[in-house]
Amino acid sequence: MLILAIETSCDETAAAVVKYDRGCFDIKSNIIASQVEIHSKYGGIVPEVAARQHVKNIIPVVDEAMSKFKPEDIDAVAVVNGPGLITSLFVGVEAAKTLSLAWNKPLISINHLEAHIYSVLIKQENKKTIPRQSSGQGKQTFEFPALALIVSGGHTQLVLMKGHGKYEIVGETRDDAAGEAFDKVAKLLGLGYPGGPVVSAYAEKSSTSKIELPRPMIRSKDFDFSFSGLKTAVLYETRDQLKAGFANPAFKDKYIAEVCYEFQQAVIDVLTAKTIKAAKKFGAKTVILAGGVSANKELRGQMADAVKKEIPSSVFCLPSPGLSTDNAAMVGMAGVFHYLDKDFTKIEDLKVDPNLGLE
Amino acid sequence: MKKIITKNENETKKLGERLAKGFGNGETVAFEGDLGAGKTTLIKGIAKGFGIQRNITSPTFVLMKVYDTDSHGLRTDGHGSRITRLVHVDAYRIGDGQELIDIGIGEYLDDEKTVVVIEWAEKVREILPSDTVWIKMKHGRKENERVIMIDK
Repeated sequence: MLILAIETSCDETAAAVVKYDRGCFDIKSNIIASQVEIHSKYGGIVPEVAARQHVKNIIPVVDEAMSKFKPEDIDAVAVVNGPGLITSLFVGVEAAKTLSLAWNKPLISINHLEAHIYSVLIKQENKKTIPRQSSGQGKQTFEFPALALIVSGGHTQLVLMKGHGKYEIVGETRDDAAGEAFDKVAKLLGLGYPGGPVVSAYAEKSSTSKIELPRPMIRSKDFDFSFSGLKTAVLYETRDQLKAGFANPAFKDKYIAEVCYEFQQAVIDVLTAKTIKAAKKFGAKTVILAGGVSANKELRGQMADAVKKEIPSSVFCLPSPGLSTDNAAMVGMAGVFHYLDKDFTKIEDLKVDPNLGLE
Repeated sequence: MKKIITKNENETKKLGERLAKGFGNGETVAFEGDLGAGKTTLIKGIAKGFGIQRNITSPTFVLMKVYDTDSHGLRTDGHGSRITRLVHVDAYRIGDGQELIDIGIGEYLDDEKTVVVIEWAEKVREILPSDTVWIKMKHGRKENERVIMIDK
């Protein structure tokens, strides 16, 4: 089975072809506009938030993803129809509808968050239970119930999965997403954008911190998160020091490293504590960490350790390199399970929904 | 220009609720203020004032979030129009107003049943209606204190 997948829910214009054969996945192509070599015939591809950029990008990106395939090779077209930015979603959905109609192939609608969950389906960290596969190829299925922490610039959610396509949101952020907190703390500290990599790079330079930041909601009875106050706490903690300036650059570096270390640890502590607590409560056999922030090395390591220590019988899953941030391969992987269930959407019924929920 | 000082997050939220009661004609509300100045907190209050049950989460990443309001209990204007939508926009990641036009904000700005609240609005000043309500927020003297200036 070959699925063409399209994702345009936010910044990235992405398309991929995913193969599924007797329980094995193979990502045949995985194109994101920002990675595409500039094709002069299209006048260049520029990653930007505006929908008109998606309009410019969508055809070259799909072309590139399909470069080794003919339309008749494809079994279905899968597309993200929400949640996201309405005008961006429209571009992907209209393209998918058009291809579905022109090629006479079934159409599959995918929730963006669902796609992130399926992004871990190639490799698993727990090599004892699942034999490691060569990169890009893997045999996979989840053991249910599975608990997924989806953590990115736009989302922080704990999702309980009782089966393929059966989702329940058990916790989520009440204000800012964790990835956004990284970006805004980087901005406060004058470290630039995107904040995730730069904050964790600074954090690596420190192994301790005299600065103490709160762990918001870590003891709350629910599984919700809050990161807006943590950003403000960083502001209060640092503004006098930043205003006063630094006697020498070495001290400045050390100070910034300590702030980043403590901030990152605060985020990791809360994410880990809530995930483990929820996994225990719901008896999760699989714990999934996905979304852009799952690329954070410290978070990956500490979450893996916590799962091993607290719920040793559970399998811990992470996305393969390159599949943490938004991409279309994960849409194709989620699409496979819809295809197997014959869960198709009629062209006239497929609507974009910027607030699309998982449940 | 009205100047209000709130002592804590709760007071900031309550102020938002009161502000919502005063909106009824498709207002555009522009917010200025640094990171951590309390813009999202005040907007959470406005949403509550409109009867929105859903949690208001940051639109920074996705640029714009649209909420249906519970229009019951809101004052109506002479034509009977009511606010049916709250659009929460964040210009933090945006370069200029044209990008908001590109994502379709015009339809919401023109709609008298939609209140549009915009964070980091100073970046997109050129596309905002002339009767935009401007709200400037900054940190007060004490840690959780906020100074809020409203310019209608």
